[in-house]
Amino acid sequence: MASVSVCQYHSGGFSFENCKRNALLEADINKLGFSSPAARKTGTTICGVVYKDGVVLGADTRATEGMVVADKNCSKIHYISPNIYCCGAGTAADTEMTTQIISSNLELHSLSTGRLPRVTTANRMLKQMLFRYQGYIGAALVLGGVDCNGPHLYSIYPHGSTDKLPYVTMGSGSLAAMAVFEDRYRPNMEEEEAKRLVRDAIAAGIFNDLGSGSNIDLCVITKGNVDYLRPHDMANKKGVREDKVYGRPVTGSYRYKHGTTGVLTKAVTPLNLEVVEESVQTMDTS
Amino acid sequence: IVSTFNNYNDLYPDWTQTEVSTGTSIMAVEFEGGVVIGADSRTTTGAYIANRVTDKLTPIHERIFCCRSGSAADTQAIADAVTYQLGFHSIELDEAPLVQTAASLFRDMCYRYREELMAGIIVAGWDPRRGGQVYTVPVGGMMTRQPVSVGGSGSSYIYGYVDSNYRAGMSKEECLKFTAEALTLAMERDGSSGGVVRLAVISEQGVERQVILGNQLPKFSTV
Repeated sequence: MASVSVCQYHSGGFSFENCKRNALLEADINKLGFSSPAARKTGTTICGVVYKDGVVLGADTRATEGMVVADKNCSKIHYISPNIYCCGAGTAADTEMTTQIISSNLELHSLSTGRLPRVTTANRMLKQMLFRYQGYIGAALVLGGVDCNGPHLYSIYPHGSTDKLPYVTMGSGSLAAMAVFEDRYRPNMEEEEAKRLVRDAIAAGIFNDLGSGSNIDLCVITKGNVDYLRPHDMANKKGVREDKVYGRPVTGSYRYKHGTTGVLTKAVTPLNLEVVEESVQTMDTS
Repeated sequence: IVSTFNNYNDLYPDWTQTEVSTGTSIMAVEFEGGVVIGADSRTTTGAYIANRVTDKLTPIHERIFCCRSGSAADTQAIADAVTYQLGFHSIELDEAPLVQTAASLFRDMCYRYREELMAGIIVAGWDPRRGGQVYTVPVGGMMTRQPVSVGGSGSSYIYGYVDSNYRAGMSKEECLKFTAEALTLAMERDGSSGGVVRLAVISEQGVERQVILGNQLPKFSTV
């Protein structure tokens, strides 16, 4: 049998003891009319493409909590190893922690083997972990990188199945992105064309899917070099409110020009007040 | 049981939350000197096709393959585990493993974890002792040898075709034609099957793989 690997993490890991308690609490809270806090999800459009010299990974930057945007500029392209990066869709915490755990184990593995890690190794580790948790870890990943065997791209689903393909999309905006890919993908593209294709695919997700939005991040991985372009394209820059109108500052100013409102009648009633008492109290300014 | 997916949210369409399944049509036929195996290439999550060029014919050993149907995650995990076990066993034995051994390993796993798994697998290959063999391990974990076996959601539509057109003693070419036609018919009728037809011939000489693209599939009259 295989010997114990140095990268054995604690069998403690995730504990599901509170699931039953949470279910009861949720039922109680719903009776009172409140809703329990929703896990933050990366609504997301993520995608990847294999081109002539390597892989290009792309992602949007919106993180949602129910119907509200929790983070307008979150980073969904996670570091796995110097030559491997992973985009994550699904539950934000799950993708973050899963990629960090595998990144850590892969570094130990790489030190043990004395070699640059391979994308297929990362794929194995991720799929075996996700399968072990039977889909309860909601992490849908696009894993890409370049190793001694060339460029590789995998899509990994929460239940632990993987597909090795030349182009993949994941997340709620994946259908929009896949439409762009199916139209324009060609094998062995040049870098600029591949970047444009990924950018357009993510843009399709951003503008046609409510769960995706904000900017487009890109990660170009080639043999020996990684370009982490964050942001690559700020497709949704926040507009600037007009500062001054007719020389008057607009923000927070409610002074209007004389004559804005027409005066119909005017009656002035002087109030005769007599000074009763006058006292001065110094302020303690020490 | 608490599900971690928020079902009340329209923001996330249904197919982002359903498990990936190989809808599938798979088939294997024995002939004198080897086996012919075939599968479609569609993997679905709900109504979305997650992978339209899937390879469901997975090598377990040099001359032993398995055809996977059911849950993609379950079948991939089982196949990986059996590949490891069979490889280890083969090194211990210093011999090519028997197809029956591979099928038994699949059966042991599929039966032991039958409540947790959804996997219908056809194990087929060639070994020096008994030649070409096909063993079927359907959902539940039964194992039986059959000269012809079909599986997956699309198989329901072709039992009649297979039963009426199979003859013992077909040649390799006849088996290939038979498999391609049967799978085409299944793909035509089953929504969860489609894409291309992947075929493989396993014999003493080794493994020959081929792909039949959509426009090259045999044509039947479509009413």
